Amino acid sequence: MLRELKERLAAGASAEDVVYSLFEKIKKSKLNAYNNLSEDSALAWAREFDDAPWSGLLAGVPIAIKSCISTSGIETNCSSRILEGYVPPYDAHVIERLKQEGAIIVGKTNMDEFAMGTSTETSYFGTTRNPWDTERVPGGSSGGSAAAVAAGEAPCALGSDTGGSIRCPASFCGIVGLKPTYGLVSRYGLVSYANSLEQIGPLTLNVEDAALVMEVIAGHDPRDSTSVKSEVGYLSGLDGGVEGLVCGVPKEYFGEGVDPKVEKSVWDAISKLEDLGASWKEVSLPHTKYALAAYYIIAMSEASSNLARFDGLRYGLRFGADKDWHTTFSEIRAAGFGPEVKRRILLGTYALSAGYYGRYYLKALKVRTLIKQDFERALSAGGADVLVTPTMPFPAFKIGERIEDPLSLYMADVFTVPINLAGVPAISVPCGFADGLPIGLQIIGRHFDEIGVLRTAKAYEDSTPHHETVPKEVV
Amino acid sequence: MAEKDVIIGLEVHVQLNKLNSKLFCGCSTRYHDAPPNTHTCPVCLGLPGTLPVLNRGAVEYAIRVALALNCDIQGETLFYRKNYYYPDLPKAFQITQYDFPIGLGGKILIKGDDGEEKTIRITRVHMEEDPGRLVHAGTIDRAKYTMVDYNRCGMALLEVVTEPDLRSPKEARSFLDKLRNILEYLDVFDGDLEGAMRIDSNISLVGGERAEVKNISSHKGVEKALAYEITRQRSARRRGVAQVQETRHYDELRGITVTIRTKEEAHDYRYFPEPDLVPMRIADWVPRVEAELPELPDAKRERFVSEYGIADDHAKSLTSEIRVANFYELVAKRASPRLAAVMVADVLKGELNYRDATIDDFSPDHMVEILDMLENGKITDKGAVEVIRTILDHGGDPAGVVEAKGLVKVEDDAVKEAVRAAVKECAQAVADYRSGNEKSINFIVGQVMKKTRGRADPGEANRLVKEALDEM
Repeated sequence: MLRELKERLAAGASAEDVVYSLFEKIKKSKLNAYNNLSEDSALAWAREFDDAPWSGLLAGVPIAIKSCISTSGIETNCSSRILEGYVPPYDAHVIERLKQEGAIIVGKTNMDEFAMGTSTETSYFGTTRNPWDTERVPGGSSGGSAAAVAAGEAPCALGSDTGGSIRCPASFCGIVGLKPTYGLVSRYGLVSYANSLEQIGPLTLNVEDAALVMEVIAGHDPRDSTSVKSEVGYLSGLDGGVEGLVCGVPKEYFGEGVDPKVEKSVWDAISKLEDLGASWKEVSLPHTKYALAAYYIIAMSEASSNLARFDGLRYGLRFGADKDWHTTFSEIRAAGFGPEVKRRILLGTYALSAGYYGRYYLKALKVRTLIKQDFERALSAGGADVLVTPTMPFPAFKIGERIEDPLSLYMADVFTVPINLAGVPAISVPCGFADGLPIGLQIIGRHFDEIGVLRTAKAYEDSTPHHETVPKEVV
Repeated sequence: MAEKDVIIGLEVHVQLNKLNSKLFCGCSTRYHDAPPNTHTCPVCLGLPGTLPVLNRGAVEYAIRVALALNCDIQGETLFYRKNYYYPDLPKAFQITQYDFPIGLGGKILIKGDDGEEKTIRITRVHMEEDPGRLVHAGTIDRAKYTMVDYNRCGMALLEVVTEPDLRSPKEARSFLDKLRNILEYLDVFDGDLEGAMRIDSNISLVGGERAEVKNISSHKGVEKALAYEITRQRSARRRGVAQVQETRHYDELRGITVTIRTKEEAHDYRYFPEPDLVPMRIADWVPRVEAELPELPDAKRERFVSEYGIADDHAKSLTSEIRVANFYELVAKRASPRLAAVMVADVLKGELNYRDATIDDFSPDHMVEILDMLENGKITDKGAVEVIRTILDHGGDPAGVVEAKGLVKVEDDAVKEAVRAAVKECAQAVADYRSGNEKSINFIVGQVMKKTRGRADPGEANRLVKEALDEM
């Protein structure tokens, strides 16, 4: 769809009109996809573009940014009270890249507070609603970005994925979401939740758009020591098809706990890929059952350290008269963080404590290595080229249905977190509906084989209508 | 004096302030005269989303120091997070090293209290980032508010940890002087800059509990604080007061230490590997850094003795500061090395010290000129000292000072004339000399010096007086 938009703009359509109509739509919307809009700067850029169009991969294209990605001059609050009003003085690497390629930032999208959640319900600014059924969650944590794109409130968006936070909402909202290989996209400017797991990635209406955004945001950045040099060329490899491709189907990702309608849609997708020339075989990822525990220990441990800096001293929430240092920052943190964030900080602090470090954190790192080896084995030469699984075990659930039961929420991440532990790339593409709710197909690739993942997804998408179906309410 | 029951170990924080940029960002390290919070960026302020990027120069400096301290360099080294809350720490964790520090198991030679060379073992050398600086409105206990200056935040620090091998405050000081000397030789450190070196001292009496006195910035302060601690701990033991392991603060104004916290309140720093930095393989760097390592104080001292034929004491004094050693070598290549050693080590250093001046305040050209005049007999030792003092106090050049002050050594005839007159005038002293009191000759020589207003060479005068007496 971005291609059509770019063609329209190139043919003389007004970027200002495009941006203006987006803002009109956003303001009328009940979805609560955005925390804050950058109307003035977006309209000013659009006018400038109309006056003297610039070139670039995303020239004149509006984009929504998840609220945990730093944007110079635009509030970046991570949907937390503790960062309400915080305006970064610098741009994240991906934002610099978007600007270099001519994109127009329309605003910052809602999310689970500090990306801690699977439903966008932990946001301080209220949950985002799923455009397919406003009584349901959009998934999370990049729920605002996914809902905005699905509902036409942004043609594309950036999210971040620590344990499924791009793929889950993409799946629940019926759009495409890609979590790149760890190290492919610079994290400079992404407010850290769990540094060793997360990546920034695109949320789009189709696979080609995801490839286009990747073309812009991927690449080495010296400011992120975990960023690697890589060949860019996601668009050119897109149309190669799946002839001869071997799809691995991990047996641990089916069966108990998976909604039968989800399972059926995924098997239909596998049959479709077979029709297109691919073959499939069963593979095993034997350490899958340990993934959730390892993931939550690592993520919470890192988070407990990352979030310690929010003390109200230099930026963010500050209230009342200052008391002594410990009292003041404790009161600010008590008032500034929501319950889920506090839960994860406490658990992470516990896991890193003297005497427990070896039993929890270190053990979790060892499990992580085993899980990574599972994927390397399944995706080794002579094995599968990609793995195909459900993204989520079930479609979007109702708002409030699981929020009081953190464990059942954590369980929802069972098919997405192993991918972050292994650091491999994975995409979620629409593969059908269950009772009117979108279902996501997850395609997992080898490290840095984004092209293989995108190509498979594109071949599937080209032969199915799912991505063209849009939520009724928004039409 | 070394006391058998005193056990001291040091943790020395050394700022690598000769680097151009901070440890994990590009901010300049030249903040010392700058207004607060002007040498900061999103990274060293720990703004959300920023990431550290390791300064390779800092790693190289650290390898240099670890090698100079005779440490084993670890082939692979990595950074950890040390988590604690404090307003000077904007990320609420310090990036530091824990397991796998850059250097392990080194040693330094110092002069022990018994005058013998003594080996102080180095446990480890590791890299870390400096926190910011708190500025209290008033004294620390009475301040109404406190401000934070983050200019220092993110400066590269090295922590040098010793084994408990030191036996007295004086030895501790001697260790610190030697360490500073080595660091300046390595050109990684300027000890004159504020906050360049900060020292935590662990001290206990045998069988007693250990106290850690934290964050003292001067060598003299460490010596005083440790002396105070020995007295305090002894007194407590005499009175039968139970000691606890604790952390203490040195109050420089009052010259005492006060308790900050006991072991029960000790932090759990929840160390874990810094996920934003990757492990470093530095084994490949070591041979090059080692090859480029400059001559260190002990080696230079030995070379000065053999190359210039000077006394070991002079060589030690000259090499105790890199700038003095360089000054000496510059001069020794152009004048008599032995005379230069005496003048620089025994005279110039003392005169500079007295004036709180440094070697940079005196020109090597001037020293060469003075030494030439001295060697050619144009001026006396005393005259040379006078020239040095005059130049330090009022400026000018040696020839001009000698001229203006009439320091040209008097001719032999004039000295002989003065000797004759003095012998004639000092009948009593002459008689004493003849009756066997050889010391009385000094009185007559003194008279000669008086008559020549000090411009005679004292040795020469002595010889002439003796000659005159023996001829009588």
